[in-house]
Amino acid sequence: MGAKMVDFGGWDMPVEYSGLISEHMAVRTGVGVFDVSHMGDILIRGPESFAAVQHISMNDASRLQQGQAHYSALLYPEGTFVDDVIVHKLGENDYLLVINAGTREKDVNWVRQNVRGFRCHADDLSDYYTQLAIQGPRAAEVLRKLTNADLSTIKNYWFTYGTVCGLPNTMIARTGYTGEDGFEIYIPSDEPTSRRVWTEVLEAGKEFGILPCGLGARNTLRLESKMALYDHEISDKINVWEADLGRYCKMEKSDFIGRAALEKAKVEGLKRILVGLEMIERGIGRDGYKVFSESGEEIGYISSGSPAPFLKKNIALAYVPPSHSQIGNVVLVEVRSQKVKAQVVPTPFYKRPKNKG
Amino acid sequence: MAFPADYRYTREHEWIKVDGNQATIGITDYAQNSLGDIVFVELPKVGDELSAGKTFGSVESVKAVSDLYAPASGKVVAINQDLTTAPEKINSDAHGSWMVRIQLKDGGEVSKLLSAEDYDKFVKEEGGQ
Repeated sequence: MGAKMVDFGGWDMPVEYSGLISEHMAVRTGVGVFDVSHMGDILIRGPESFAAVQHISMNDASRLQQGQAHYSALLYPEGTFVDDVIVHKLGENDYLLVINAGTREKDVNWVRQNVRGFRCHADDLSDYYTQLAIQGPRAAEVLRKLTNADLSTIKNYWFTYGTVCGLPNTMIARTGYTGEDGFEIYIPSDEPTSRRVWTEVLEAGKEFGILPCGLGARNTLRLESKMALYDHEISDKINVWEADLGRYCKMEKSDFIGRAALEKAKVEGLKRILVGLEMIERGIGRDGYKVFSESGEEIGYISSGSPAPFLKKNIALAYVPPSHSQIGNVVLVEVRSQKVKAQVVPTPFYKRPKNKG
Repeated sequence: MAFPADYRYTREHEWIKVDGNQATIGITDYAQNSLGDIVFVELPKVGDELSAGKTFGSVESVKAVSDLYAPASGKVVAINQDLTTAPEKINSDAHGSWMVRIQLKDGGEVSKLLSAEDYDKFVKEEGGQ
C-alpha cells in the first residue's frame, strides 16, 4: 500500500497513503475510505441498560429510537471528559458505545465501574470488529454497489443492517468523523475478511476516484469540521461548557455523572472557551502553541492547528477567555519565536452542502 | 531513491551543491517524503549569514514543522522565491529545488559532510528500510 505508519494509541496506523492533501480532497469532493478499527466498541445490555447509559453519558438517550445514534460524552464528576462517544441504540436493552482508541482501556474500566448499580453488562467488543469509514459526497454510490441495504432510507446518524460484501447483517451507520456524508461499517475483524472487504471497497470506489486515507487526513478533516479530539479539545481538565459541546449535554434529563459540577460551573461562569482561529499573517498555528492578546498578554493555547487543505487557510481551535472569544477579535499566536496575527472566526470552519440523501 | 553523487548531505537531511565558491542548499528527497505535502517554507534574507549546523529557516508540511540546518557557513546571496509561492515543488523535485544560495566561507566544511553513498546508508538505517 505504501503507507507511512505511526503508533497511535498502541495501534500501528497509516498516517497517509498517497498524500495527506489528496486524501483530504478526495473525501471533500469524492470519496475516501479509512480503516478505523482502532475505535473501541462497548456493548451495554440488560434490563437496566437504558438507565445505565443515561447515568454515564451526558446526552439524553431517551431521544434515541432503535436504529438511531447520537454524539455524547462520558464525564467525570467534575464535568470534564472521560471520552466522547457515539451512542447507538441497537434495541430496547442494547446500546453500543463507540469510543476512542487511546482511551479504550480507561473507558472500558470506567464504564464497567459506573454501570455497576444497574442490571446490565458492559462488554468490550473492540476486538470483534473491523470498522471501515467510507466518507465523502460519493460514499453512498460506492457502498450501494456492495450492499443490498437501501442506503437512501438511512438518515444522518441512523444505522441499519444489511449484507455488505457478502457478509450478512453487517451494521451500516451513516456516521463519520470528517464533516462529510458517509458510512461506517462494522465487519468481523479476522484478517482475511477485513482485507477482502477493504479491497472490495477500493475496487467499487475506483470509478469515483476513491483513495485510502490515513490518520493525517482524518485529523485535518475533523479539524475543518470542528470535531473534538481527545487530549486536544477535550480532556479530563476541560469541561463541557469550555469545549462548547453544551448542545449535546442535556441538563434537563435525569441525573448523570458530572451534572452537578456542570450546574455549578455554569453559574460561576467560564474562564475559557473553545474558539476557531484563522491565521491572518503568514504562519501556521499548531497544537500547543501559545495565544496572546494584541497587547501581548498570554491568554490561552491552540488545542489543534493545521493548514486546512480544502479551505486553503491556516486554521486552529484554541482555548481563550470569553472576553477574547468574539468573532473578529484579533489575537497573536506564538509561532516558534514570532507572534503571528490570527482572528476569531465562526465555526465549524467547513460545513458541507446539504445532503442529497 | 537516488541521491545525486555530486551533492553532499547532512544527517538533518539537507543537501548542498558546491559551484565554485558558492553553493546551493535544499532538503533531500528522503526528507520531503517523510514530511509529506509541503505547504510552507521560511527562508532567510539575502545578506543573512548562515552558520554551519545552525538553523536558518523551516519547512512545514500539513502535519509537521522541521527546522532547516545549514550544511555550511556563508552569506546568503540568493533565495529561491518560487518556493514561497509553490512550496509543493519540493515534493515533486527535492534535489532540484534549491532554497538558498550562499557564498561559502570555508570550503573545508563541505568535505566533512556525508557523501551520497554514506547518506543513503544513513537513511536506510534511520528509516529501518
